[in-house]
Amino acid sequence: MKTNMTWQERFGDRALIACPTCDTVHVEPDVPDNHQALCCRCGHVLAAPRENAQVRVLALAVTSSILMIAAVFFPFISLDAGGLHNKTSIMDAVLAFSTGLMAPLSLAVALMIVLIPAARLLAIIYTLWPMVRGDRPFPLARKAFGLAERLRPWSMAEIFVVGVAVALVKVAGLATLNLGPAFWAFVGLVVVTVFQDTSMCRYTIWKWLEKTTN
Amino acid sequence: MEMAGKNDELITARAAGLLACTRCGRVHRREATACQRCGTTLAPESRRPLQAVWAWLLAGIIVYIPANIYPMLRTSTLLENHESTIVGGAIDLLHYGNYGVAAIVFIASILIPVGKFIAIGYLALSIGRAGILSAHSRHRLYEVVEFIGRWSMIDVFVVAILSALVQLGTVATINPGVAAVSFTLSVAFTMLAAQSFDPRLIWDADKEPL
Ligand SMILES: [Zn+2]
Ligand SMILES: [Zn+2]
Repeated sequence: MKTNMTWQERFGDRALIACPTCDTVHVEPDVPDNHQALCCRCGHVLAAPRENAQVRVLALAVTSSILMIAAVFFPFISLDAGGLHNKTSIMDAVLAFSTGLMAPLSLAVALMIVLIPAARLLAIIYTLWPMVRGDRPFPLARKAFGLAERLRPWSMAEIFVVGVAVALVKVAGLATLNLGPAFWAFVGLVVVTVFQDTSMCRYTIWKWLEKTTN
Repeated sequence: MEMAGKNDELITARAAGLLACTRCGRVHRREATACQRCGTTLAPESRRPLQAVWAWLLAGIIVYIPANIYPMLRTSTLLENHESTIVGGAIDLLHYGNYGVAAIVFIASILIPVGKFIAIGYLALSIGRAGILSAHSRHRLYEVVEFIGRWSMIDVFVVAILSALVQLGTVATINPGVAAVSFTLSVAFTMLAAQSFDPRLIWDADKEPL
């Protein structure tokens, strides 16, 4: 491998990107829609643009927001046991830890299942709205999109849904459980979010932000 | 796609004397201080050190111990008060014949956390050493660890739901135990350990022909 050439001799004025996982330099790919650019060394997906991806992601994000509102405000699960009845909303599940020492855990659960997913949705809508309309990006778009990316692992709505399923089995022998509309809204939210995250091409969005911000 | 330079040469940004943005991948000259594409501040040393990984990992292991000693769930019924730990909860499920759910709880609360401690420790130790696993396999391991770690939170969410739902006065109440707090901390700390691990270190040490 020759490393004695300067970067200018090697690459001229062409824009370069490095693979985030192995640091291998690539000349910025011009990827046609519905194709993928993979890192030559480790195979990481560098770019995966799709036709109309931005419109689709924006539509999915707006749908998710509506489902999120429904999920928080409608009854989530209700329980019947020996003539007793108890209803639970997502807020009640969040507040389950709110007594004494465990109060910070309430906040953590609220963040993971409601607040962070909601913040990501807002940040994505804020970033993509002008992109879809063909306008200049909003002033904080780069910060907002960076935040949405950084928060991604901490958004745990889908894990919560599996948790609900486990809880259902755990009390199944003792009581009858009924799933309310909010549960189905929440399941819908999880499904829509998975589609949204897989059809979004980060590379295309960052490149658009660079072109229109500077 | 087109490779940088000649087709038979691959070079890392660091070897080329360049600086790559960790968020969007845009490559800059060494002198650059902020990414032109996404606005992130660029650190002059392009690799994140391993100290942070070890610190978060250690913290995660330490708080995982009380998470297994103290009760996760406190159940009171007319007849008895029962406290169950993480392992105890999984065993109870086995006794009731719920093998599938017992397996989910066991995998999410024991297998994944312990597996993650070992995997992150192995990855951090293997940097700069000739390992048994190739760079490709170690990178795959890292991706699995990053993807799967969050799923440990299942049991905490189960506790939250049960505690909210089963509040039937004297007939039956379920309340969270203090282990829920330390378990959540353990998951968060190991997630931070995985996030502060720089996967490029795996490839830097890779001596295989490219
Ligand atoms: Zn790569
Ligand atoms: Zn950048």
